[in-house]
Amino acid sequence: MLYPDTVESEVLVHKPWFVATLFVLVFAVFLAFDLTGTSMGELMRPVIGAPAESGFYGRFAIGLVIAVLFCLNIVLIGFASLRVQVTIVWFELLLLFLAFFTTFNLSLPFIAEKLPFMITQGLFTTIYVSAISIAIASIIAILGAVAKLSTNGFAYAIASFYTSFFRGLPLLMQVYLIYLGLPQLGFIIDAVPAGILALSLCYGAYMTEIFRSGIQSIDRGQWEASRSIGFGFGLTMRKIILPQALPVIIPPTGNQFISMLKDSSLVSVIGVWELMFLARTLGQKTFQHMEMLISAAMLYWVVSICLELIQSRIERHYARSKVR
Amino acid sequence: MSEKIIDVRNVSKWYGAFRVLTDVNLTVEKGERIVICGPSGSGKSTLIRCFNRLEAHQQGDIVVNGITLHDRMRDVAEVRKNVGMVFQHFNLFPHMTVLMNCMVGPMWIKGVPEAEARKTALKFLERVRIPEQANKYPVQLSGGQQQRVAIARSLCMQPAVMLFDEPTSALDPEMVSEVLETMTSLAREGMTMVCVTHEMAFARAVADRVIFMNAGQIIEQGKPDDFFGNPQHERTKLFLSQILKH
Repeated sequence: MLYPDTVESEVLVHKPWFVATLFVLVFAVFLAFDLTGTSMGELMRPVIGAPAESGFYGRFAIGLVIAVLFCLNIVLIGFASLRVQVTIVWFELLLLFLAFFTTFNLSLPFIAEKLPFMITQGLFTTIYVSAISIAIASIIAILGAVAKLSTNGFAYAIASFYTSFFRGLPLLMQVYLIYLGLPQLGFIIDAVPAGILALSLCYGAYMTEIFRSGIQSIDRGQWEASRSIGFGFGLTMRKIILPQALPVIIPPTGNQFISMLKDSSLVSVIGVWELMFLARTLGQKTFQHMEMLISAAMLYWVVSICLELIQSRIERHYARSKVR
Repeated sequence: MSEKIIDVRNVSKWYGAFRVLTDVNLTVEKGERIVICGPSGSGKSTLIRCFNRLEAHQQGDIVVNGITLHDRMRDVAEVRKNVGMVFQHFNLFPHMTVLMNCMVGPMWIKGVPEAEARKTALKFLERVRIPEQANKYPVQLSGGQQQRVAIARSLCMQPAVMLFDEPTSALDPEMVSEVLETMTSLAREGMTMVCVTHEMAFARAVADRVIFMNAGQIIEQGKPDDFFGNPQHERTKLFLSQILKH
């Protein structure tokens, strides 16, 4: 939440000038688009006659109806409580999206036929590759952050070289470099371990910077208090500094987790049967690309939402010691 | 023959080219209460932060509780175990309850079992008169209460000497007295204390010796009556006239 001012302001969507402006805007937009050929035109048949022949009158009538419905909608939502508002707006946006997807004339039986395999093979692989990579990346990040903050020249040099290199190359290139480059050194590496290695190294580099800034955000006095009681470096780090740095670290790290989940699609280029790979290949035979791509997109989204929920739960957990 | 807790011999310290401490000599004996005062930037905080090696000195020797402070981490840890420190900004651990703040030291450093650590913690929270706040988090307490918790946290380690680094200067005027009362009662019970403070009334009432520092040097020291009644050095007179004017 932003800082809520105590001055009650009038609800924006109940101000006449705002509603009038919106009305004019929406009306103008729909006047410019010819919707007479769509199902909206069919719905309006009793008023405008045959949609195809209604001409300007048809467009005018459709635009007017949509603008009235739209304004009525937002004015009514303006009366609801915050939670209800959020739910309704989410629901409406979702409906609009579904309406958008139905225009592709997707074959639902085809999706239903392929979906189980996409989940058991594709989504499963995506999740386990991401989960292992996230775990390794977190460990790298802690070590990297400590090294970057240390006064040891070797540790600092190695850590800063690492972050610079892996943040500086495109992830796709890292995937290729590891999968095709390591065998040249004599390490034959499978596609899945290669993918995991590339993802962990790349995200470890980003997360190193997140962890470093989180650790640095903790007041020097905490170190001094901890050390003056007699705690060593490890104990101070584990019990005093990291627990306080976590609330700072978690929001950007949650970002990284979500981003990693989707970037794991890049390992499809080396033939890992994860979600993106299946999305591209399953529909190929029958040219039903859109069905598979949209299903995969939805699956990614659902898992991302789960991660968002987990993140907000953890954030709430760490808000405890801040409550007055 | 009394026992020396802190023995400082010819200690000098530089920040880069700037000399913050110049040939400081000081001994603190068991049971002694010492107040260090002086204008800001005179090196008094730096000096007591050297006693548990939050700062390193470059020249001379500091012997605390029989252990000479140098770069060996093991010795430094041994010293810190026996030296309690109270900071200007309390520095309580905000993610732990008051009780946990007091328990972690004994538990993790001395390996005291949890039940016993809890008992000790409650005993010292009682002593600083806030046992009822034990299960709150530090942010829920007032500044004075936080500082008293910080004192209890140090006491739980059963230190041989307590260092106070301007313990009241970040507090509201109303809360200064509750902290000073706690410190006074500690002094009455025979705790060895070194306090950096501007509370001259406290110094007069409690201190065995008042030390005045200026520009990194101890320029005058003496019993409170002599120090306040008959200061020798010009700089001391100026300082006292400034600070006692109000």
